[in-house]
Amino acid sequence: MDSLRQIFFQECEEQLAELESGLLEIQSGGADDPEIVNAVFRAVHSIKGGAGAFALEDLVRFAHVFETVLDEVRKGRLTTSSNVIETLLRSADVLSDLVRVARDGGTVDDGRIRTCSDELAALSGVPAPAGGAEEADEGFDDIGFTPVTVALPVFDDLDISAEPEGGTEYTIEFKPYPSLYSNANEPVVLLRELSRLGEVTATCDTSAVPNLEEIDPEGSYLSWTIQLKTEQAEDEVRSIFEFVDGDCELTISDASGSTASAEPVDDEIEALLARVRGEVEEAPDAIREDNNADAAFGSFGSSNAVMGQLEAVEAMQAEQPKPTAPAPQAAANNLVPPPAAEKPGSPQPEPAKPPAPAKNEKGATSEAAQTIRVDLDRVDRLMNLVGELVINQAMLSQRLSEAGLSRSSEFATGLDEFEQLTRDIQEGVMAIRAQPVKSVFQRMPRLVREVAAATNKKVRLVTEGEGTEVDKTVIERLADPLTHMIRNAIDHGLEKPEVRVANGKREEGLVRLSATHRSGRIVIDIADDGAGINRARVRAIAEEKGLIQPSAQLTDEEVDNLIFLPGFSTASTISDISGRGVGMDVVKRSIQALGGRVSISSRPGEGSTFTLSLPLTLAVLYGMVVTVADQTLVVPLTSIIETLKPKPDDVHGFGGDSRVIGLRNNFVPLVDVGRELGFRSQAADPGAGVALLVESDGGGHSALLVDAIQGQRQVVIKSLEANYGRVPGIAAATILGDGRVALILDVDAVVAGARIGNLGQEAVLAMAG
Amino acid sequence: MSEMSAAHVLDKHAGTARELIAFAVGKQEFCIDVMSVREIRGWTPATVLPHSQSFVRGVINLRGAVLPIMDLAVRLGFPPTEAMGRHVIIVVQVGSQLVGLLVDAVSDILTVTDSDMLPPPDVASDMAKRFVCGLLAMDGRMISILSVDNILPERDDGEVQ
Repeated sequence: MDSLRQIFFQECEEQLAELESGLLEIQSGGADDPEIVNAVFRAVHSIKGGAGAFALEDLVRFAHVFETVLDEVRKGRLTTSSNVIETLLRSADVLSDLVRVARDGGTVDDGRIRTCSDELAALSGVPAPAGGAEEADEGFDDIGFTPVTVALPVFDDLDISAEPEGGTEYTIEFKPYPSLYSNANEPVVLLRELSRLGEVTATCDTSAVPNLEEIDPEGSYLSWTIQLKTEQAEDEVRSIFEFVDGDCELTISDASGSTASAEPVDDEIEALLARVRGEVEEAPDAIREDNNADAAFGSFGSSNAVMGQLEAVEAMQAEQPKPTAPAPQAAANNLVPPPAAEKPGSPQPEPAKPPAPAKNEKGATSEAAQTIRVDLDRVDRLMNLVGELVINQAMLSQRLSEAGLSRSSEFATGLDEFEQLTRDIQEGVMAIRAQPVKSVFQRMPRLVREVAAATNKKVRLVTEGEGTEVDKTVIERLADPLTHMIRNAIDHGLEKPEVRVANGKREEGLVRLSATHRSGRIVIDIADDGAGINRARVRAIAEEKGLIQPSAQLTDEEVDNLIFLPGFSTASTISDISGRGVGMDVVKRSIQALGGRVSISSRPGEGSTFTLSLPLTLAVLYGMVVTVADQTLVVPLTSIIETLKPKPDDVHGFGGDSRVIGLRNNFVPLVDVGRELGFRSQAADPGAGVALLVESDGGGHSALLVDAIQGQRQVVIKSLEANYGRVPGIAAATILGDGRVALILDVDAVVAGARIGNLGQEAVLAMAG
Repeated sequence: MSEMSAAHVLDKHAGTARELIAFAVGKQEFCIDVMSVREIRGWTPATVLPHSQSFVRGVINLRGAVLPIMDLAVRLGFPPTEAMGRHVIIVVQVGSQLVGLLVDAVSDILTVTDSDMLPPPDVASDMAKRFVCGLLAMDGRMISILSVDNILPERDDGEVQ
């Protein structure tokens, strides 16, 4: 049950995402596309259905009200004006809160649900029910309806009633196929749904149930005849069976329509119909009472004949000109199967849906993208194995070239192909882990709505490149920084509406969130068309908080980057939205932890753009392979800004042990990596080595002194923690083409270590083999 | 501590035969339970880990996993091993971790019963107290039984001491 629950909530997430993106699409002018409206409706309907199965009453109740409004939209009776969409979007938020509460516990503000329900009810014109079915009954009482029972002896358990004023009576014949059960549908749930619409009298036909020894445990033997009295339109009744379409035999006929017409012929037909139905009901009893095979055959024969009669009668009924009556089954069977998804919004009544042939159903699903759910562990294991393969391949080609094989030999060409294949496999496996950023982008519209409401600003969010794919782990860890940055963009970036108007801008602020792939990385822009960074104010605050010296000469870019300093907050009052002073430095740190960078470009009066550049995967890393004191190290390329060959004249002593290097009228600290890691005790000669200019925590620059650069390479990241533990100054390990382990430098830690002094005791290098 | 672990070892295997793998470090012989040994492989140069304790030789590539190598000689208080091709790495599993132990040579697999095992003598040596949990007397040789659990560097919050 728990696992079912889990699946239900997973699916809820998907449906909610579908719902929100659909609504947003409608908002941006897609209301004409019935597919979108339909998808939105289906999303809410599925949530309602699932929630019903788990007895999540609150959720069902709200989803029902929501669904009613969406159905009005679907039928074209409610136009999607901006007000309506606002309400629907808010309802989607409430719905997702209800789902969350159902999953994780907690409470949702009752007032909010109430307000939202009322708004929805106002839209649909149907009062929000307080408690499902009773409400529907009350509805009948209100219009003073008194059921009159017509005595029909053969029809004992069916409640044929006189036509209620304003209501319709349907006769629903519902015969599930085995596939209905195998698709985890449950007739009881459907019947319960029906009972929400009105008064239901259901009769179960057990005649098809064979003797015990002949029962196929997965077979379907029961069918139902349901009399439903309701005010709802037939579409409404039919929509309950939407999910079992094709999995059952379903006829919905408007019984009251025929009685209401009050033509004598109809009465006769009705009576006949009732009688033959009664006979059909009785026939099985005969079978069960009499085990004699001949008698059973006889009964079957007669009941078949009766069936034939029944159909004939129904066909006759259908010929009666009744605009509201659906095409009966006999006629419907000749119709072409309806399209897999109904076309909503059509004003005319929908044609009856005959049971879709199974093969048609399959054809429809195969067109849609097929997906499977796979345990993440399995993918990761595959990922690891491919990592091994890559290393092995690199080792093999290194061995072969060491063996002096010529480039044109068969081995070499074979190896080239092998290398290509390996790379393809690696990309393929990484693609499995890759997901579109949509999953995190689509959380943002809601955030924007909430923040806009809290700050009394008008904001339009535009997202681009939602299909851009990146590793799942990256996506998961992107949500928080993005949330923060969007909050900031609205709270700090955008001006108040009146200020915007005064400045000749549109009242509505624009926040643009876009993702693209650029040279093996994903680049995400968060742009606003607000006032831009107020540099004078940023500077003043940084000075006030002692983050910079008043005398410091800073470029515009450097001033902009001050907002990434820990403890910096420009909001003069601490608001609920942002401005807790933990904003941008946390953003920057979490992006850097992912191997990414943040940069800002801002123009006064025109807005600011924050650009995140992130690796596509956390399993591999592009690094510069360097030599330090005979050890091979990998420095992540993302932190390297440039490399330079220091001239001895540029290097100056600074204090006791430290050195700085002069670089274009600036001095940056020179970090001797060999000493910092304890690989050597004497300071290296800067003239003999290479300096890597790196950016570290907080945007500061430092120069890392290494002995030589071997090259750039993509490396597979290996954990040191698994078998050993954390090593100061080292982020992880990797295995190079020669089969040896190389350590990946933790640039921030090394730079920070150099700032506070040597990291610790020095390793005894002499012992290394 | 040593007495307790010795008692524990003896208790646990009372009356049953155990297999131990014997190896040489310096001039002395040691052994560990064969059940904790994953594989035995030749020496390959290790990548030095910065700021590690003196007995941590570094890490090597064990079919894609990063395997830390402990110089057992240094751990036991001898001078560091001058590692060459003939030296041997015994890969042992301690808890969930795999660790390589650098030794001079593997000599034997011994099958012993509890009656063969003697408690460690109460000597001042730190090595004996921390790592030796029993002794074996065999054909006039003295073989110390090591407890692998104590050989790893202590982990404290994931940080190497």
